[in-house]
Amino acid sequence: MSAVNSPNAGPLSPVSGTQAAPSFLASLRRVLQENIRDYAMFIALFLIMAFFTYTTNGLFLSSRNIANLLNQTGYIAVLAVGMTLVIIIRQIDLSVGFLSGFLGALAAIAMAKYGLPVWLVIPMVLVLGAIAGLITAYPIARLGIPSFVASLAGWLIYRGLLLVVLAGTGTVIIADEIFNAIGNGYLPDFLPIAPGVHTITILLGVLAIIFYIWSEFSNRGKKQAYNFEVLPMNLFVLKLVFVTAILAGITWILAGYNGLSWTVVIMLIVVGVYHFITTQTVLGRHIYAVGGNPEAAELSGINVRRIIFIVFASMGFLASLSGILFASRLRSATPTAGTLFELDAIAAAYIGGVSAAGGVGTIIGSLIGALVYTSLTNGMNLMQMDIAYQYVIRGAVLAIAVIFDVMTRNRAK
Amino acid sequence: MDTPILEMRNITKTFPGVKALKDVSFQVQKGEIHCVVGENGAGKSTLMKVLSGVYPFGDYSGDILFEGQVQKFTSIRDSEHAGIAIIYQELALVPELKVYENIFLGNEIKNRFTINWNETIKRARQALDKVKLDVNPEAKVKDLGVGKQQLVEIAKALSRDTKVLILDEPTSALNESDSENLLHLLRDLKVHGVTCIMISHKLKEVIAIADRVTVLRDGQTVITLDAHKGQVTETVLIKHMVGREIDNIYPVRESKPSNEIVLEVKDWNAYDPQLGRTILRDVNFNVKKGEIVGFAGLMGSGRTELALSLFGNAKRYRVNGEMFVHGKKANYTHPQYAIQDGVAYSTEDRKAAGLILIQDVKHNISLANLRAIAQRGVVNENAEIQVAEKYRTALNIKTPSIEQKVSNLSGGNQQKVCLGKWLFVNPNVLILDEPTRGIDVGAKFEIYSIMNKLVEQGMSIIMISSELPEVLGMSDRVYIVSAGRITGELPIQEATQEKIMALATN
Repeated sequence: MSAVNSPNAGPLSPVSGTQAAPSFLASLRRVLQENIRDYAMFIALFLIMAFFTYTTNGLFLSSRNIANLLNQTGYIAVLAVGMTLVIIIRQIDLSVGFLSGFLGALAAIAMAKYGLPVWLVIPMVLVLGAIAGLITAYPIARLGIPSFVASLAGWLIYRGLLLVVLAGTGTVIIADEIFNAIGNGYLPDFLPIAPGVHTITILLGVLAIIFYIWSEFSNRGKKQAYNFEVLPMNLFVLKLVFVTAILAGITWILAGYNGLSWTVVIMLIVVGVYHFITTQTVLGRHIYAVGGNPEAAELSGINVRRIIFIVFASMGFLASLSGILFASRLRSATPTAGTLFELDAIAAAYIGGVSAAGGVGTIIGSLIGALVYTSLTNGMNLMQMDIAYQYVIRGAVLAIAVIFDVMTRNRAK
Repeated sequence: MDTPILEMRNITKTFPGVKALKDVSFQVQKGEIHCVVGENGAGKSTLMKVLSGVYPFGDYSGDILFEGQVQKFTSIRDSEHAGIAIIYQELALVPELKVYENIFLGNEIKNRFTINWNETIKRARQALDKVKLDVNPEAKVKDLGVGKQQLVEIAKALSRDTKVLILDEPTSALNESDSENLLHLLRDLKVHGVTCIMISHKLKEVIAIADRVTVLRDGQTVITLDAHKGQVTETVLIKHMVGREIDNIYPVRESKPSNEIVLEVKDWNAYDPQLGRTILRDVNFNVKKGEIVGFAGLMGSGRTELALSLFGNAKRYRVNGEMFVHGKKANYTHPQYAIQDGVAYSTEDRKAAGLILIQDVKHNISLANLRAIAQRGVVNENAEIQVAEKYRTALNIKTPSIEQKVSNLSGGNQQKVCLGKWLFVNPNVLILDEPTRGIDVGAKFEIYSIMNKLVEQGMSIIMISSELPEVLGMSDRVYIVSAGRITGELPIQEATQEKIMALATN
């Protein structure tokens, strides 16, 4: 440790302003060192994918499997996004796994037994999810009960309720095709140009790339206008090329199968909206402030209780979305739906870099965390690895991710 | 008195990007009280952390000689073992544990497998006797006042056969009588051969107690002065600390307060359900436009509680009474409504309750008034940068950039960030709770100047302060608070330290 910590002998680097351009490799190394925490998850995801591609002779990276992998990620990623906010404000919500199972079952019953239309069922279940979140938040925000305990109670209650509503029937089959399309369908291709290539997906991919490049340039311009430090031009271009290549690669792979699935679309919308909220809005700032120092936040006029209610309501909302995705994917509601989802979501969030100390974590990070987590499961399944070892390896990856995170953070001090 | 018990030679310590200590050397004689003074960021605390092994051997260059031997401490344990104990500004006791458990925490007296509690209590009594503290060793630490807790810490250090006791700002959280007490104790320990190194901002204490004083500035030793040769006076110390003479540390204010009453509080009472007692009783006062009203009193007299109960009652006391802002009755149920109404409160504890330490300067400054730079809930980051740059310049916040985390700033600059946050809200009434606590002379002067400028522009300031010279130097009028009541009101012309102390201990 001390070797790593020893002071660098070089001249003090100014935080902003211009100096003689250092060599490309040297500045690449510096940027990687300083931002290792931000890039580490991407590198880890890349390494894991490369590893499985190698061990499965390319099967892992096939269009079909990547499409499958993303669809598997959907319901965990959605939960992980909500959980990220919960952990950022120094809380935890254990109830969301069975809540999602329970609400998925309610949706199934509403359609199968009472014949309610899907356009009514989905909003209804989503609203119920948000209400459930508010109920969990009440003892936490109003009475100061630790969220671990309050949500553990919810865990038991929703597990019980899930069994109650399915008691008479057992598994409920969902017949509604629109509902089932959410977890199994793909975007229609109304511009078929080449056979075997999903044109709409390509189009959306190209749009995403253009948007990405535009936003990077606009950000850079803003930062330069205020004399903040920006990446050297060569590194900036390298980053653009790298990310563009990844986006293009994913687009191409997906377009080679059925294109974008509705699950992926929903996941991307959720990630996009939450990313926007956390980075651009007053609400997002208030959430990070409450996580960073609740007392200072309260004394700065932020209603901490209100933030707790909002974050838990969003968690409940996303839990019900996750329940819908899962039930739709299985085309049925089962008594075991939702089992351990909450822990998968928590693991994904931690792999993605949130801190239990509060105030730290990003939505994109948690999305990557969820991808790492499902990639492991998916890859090991392809390798036909024994499920017992799969748990061990997933646990090890979680431990390594968190240890790495803590170590890099300490070094940053 | 001629062989040093402790010597630090050519200590240099670098943090990424900053040289915190440059070639610092100083010697401590056996049995002396050696004070280390300097502005914030001068390197005092870093030096003590090097000495006590917080920054392990190899992390700095230079030598530490203790009793003639070169020491290579790699942890606090090593330095404690050698006989060096450090007592930090923030106390390091476990509140839920009893006094004797705390004293022997980490140094338990053991039978073969279990702790010998009887012996522990006996020895704890002896340790408490040494510091002349008359408390039941079986009391929980959280039930003691801060002054007594500090003595428990010292007892803990002495129970370990300490030869050198380092105290980092020991009186910063103590009231006058507890501080007096502590200084007495240090003199007493000196007679018993314990060597003390004390870091302090309070120059009066330093002058009262030090045998020698070492002044640090910008990570370097400036000079070591000998009190017995008459070298230690306030002007000399300040000159060496800041490198210049400060003729008047309280800047002159041009404006006079108007007669218009901005804030009026009538028959204000508060009950704290958590403590289970009434904390404020029949408080009546008013504040005029363009006035600085000082609130003097001892620690724990209820001044902070009064401010919090007025400022949206964030601690949820049970309050009754009336409060008028600009003649209109105010009933704030949360700080946000107070802020909207032009009443702001800057906390006494900037780290715990004022700043989001893990966030940068920019986010901290904009926090209380984000809506002003947002359209439909979306923050305009360009506007935010402009706001942050504006207050960085106006308040002379020393930071490499507004994207610097506030945890990396010195105390004075952190305080300015807090001020910036509240100035951005642009309140009519600004309550400043201990605005200059723990910050250096230069930064104090800057903050006083800012306060003057604000009242000249028509703002009203309530200044809660435990430093009497500050109260006298800055206020137009002084209220004295004691045990939850206002025991006196003095126009500044009539106020003296003696009168205020008499009312505060009323």
